[in-house]
Amino acid sequence: MIAAGDYEFLQHFLKQRSGLNLSQEKQYLIESRLAPVARKVGLVGVEQLVTRLRAAPSGAVADAVVEAMTTNESSFFRDKTPFETFVSFVVPNLIDRRGSRRIRVWCAAASTGQEPYSLAMTLKENAHLLPGVTVEILATDLAGHVLERAQAGLYSAFEVQRGLPIQYLLKYFEQKGDQWQIRPEIRAMVQFRQFNLLQSFAGLGTFDIIFCRNVLIYFDIPTKADVLSRMAKVLAPDGYLVLGAAETVMGISDAFRSASGRPGLYVANRLAEATA
Amino acid sequence: MKTCLVVDDSPFIRKVARKILEELSFEVSEAGNGQEALDHCIVTMPDAILLDWNMPVVDGPQFLEAVRALEGGTRPKIVFCTTENHPGHIARALIAGADEYIMKPFDREILAYKFQEVGLIDAEAEALADAGKPLA
Repeated sequence: MIAAGDYEFLQHFLKQRSGLNLSQEKQYLIESRLAPVARKVGLVGVEQLVTRLRAAPSGAVADAVVEAMTTNESSFFRDKTPFETFVSFVVPNLIDRRGSRRIRVWCAAASTGQEPYSLAMTLKENAHLLPGVTVEILATDLAGHVLERAQAGLYSAFEVQRGLPIQYLLKYFEQKGDQWQIRPEIRAMVQFRQFNLLQSFAGLGTFDIIFCRNVLIYFDIPTKADVLSRMAKVLAPDGYLVLGAAETVMGISDAFRSASGRPGLYVANRLAEATA
Repeated sequence: MKTCLVVDDSPFIRKVARKILEELSFEVSEAGNGQEALDHCIVTMPDAILLDWNMPVVDGPQFLEAVRALEGGTRPKIVFCTTENHPGHIARALIAGADEYIMKPFDREILAYKFQEVGLIDAEAEALADAGKPLA
């Protein structure tokens, strides 16, 4: 069981590095996530790992700790509805309004790539409804190793059987031994980049849609509010923000308001902007 | 309560599938090969069939063809559940009338998701099935 002092150190360290707000009851998570890291770097147990971190709070071991703690489980078409809404409501709306057929999407917590690839598959599947439309997908994550996995687009049989209808597996994946690789034409639709949400968004450009699902939950309220307000600044005035099923901006940020009748979908809050 | 027939020549697989399906509120029957399964369906057509590929006497694809030809045979949702994972097998199964396809090894989450995908359980039930797994 991790010592209280060590746990506090980890809480502070992770908050500084990634914004991750590790609450009091997550000791079990430390053990399950960091014991493998300790082993990998030739140490015995989390205690020794913390000792190493105290001595060297930056560098390869520190990076490995941050990555192990911030990696989130991901699945294809998670929650299903946002993908249907994306192709049947959000994209057509934006196209109709602008006359331009170019859309920029940011997946801000891409993890192992299932979310951006699900968007890409949805677009391919519905290409006949969106003639001439180009969607640029930028997918970022804090952790380098998950991005490598995402870029490779190689998934286990378990991963491709969660959230993926069998027809999609046949259509969009190639079997590679025991694993399945998403086809090159789908991979080509997504650009992956390592990025920390705590860093400045300058240089990312402007987006029409931002997917930020199930990552803000790990931040404390001030950090959540900060990330949301900076996202509002890189989102087109008529753009959309998509959060996870259990998330909300209410009580956290008035940069956004709910897009009526559509859970998880938000638009810029003009009133707040006008009075700012 | 929806009924599910588990067709597999492995008693162990049938037991594992039964456990998961009963937790998902299915009334479960078992058959050790395609002939037994066909005999069962002639008497009572289940709502769902979990179907292995390689079995003695009558195998999965043979059973599929025969059951779909029965009266009421287009009604059950048929999900293959097999170690055969070649895209050719999968395509063949779907063309022959299977609704979905599970590649072994499978777990509760996969079974629940695939059953939800074909409309046998609703999203809420699937989410409850997911609830056991640890959060990120």
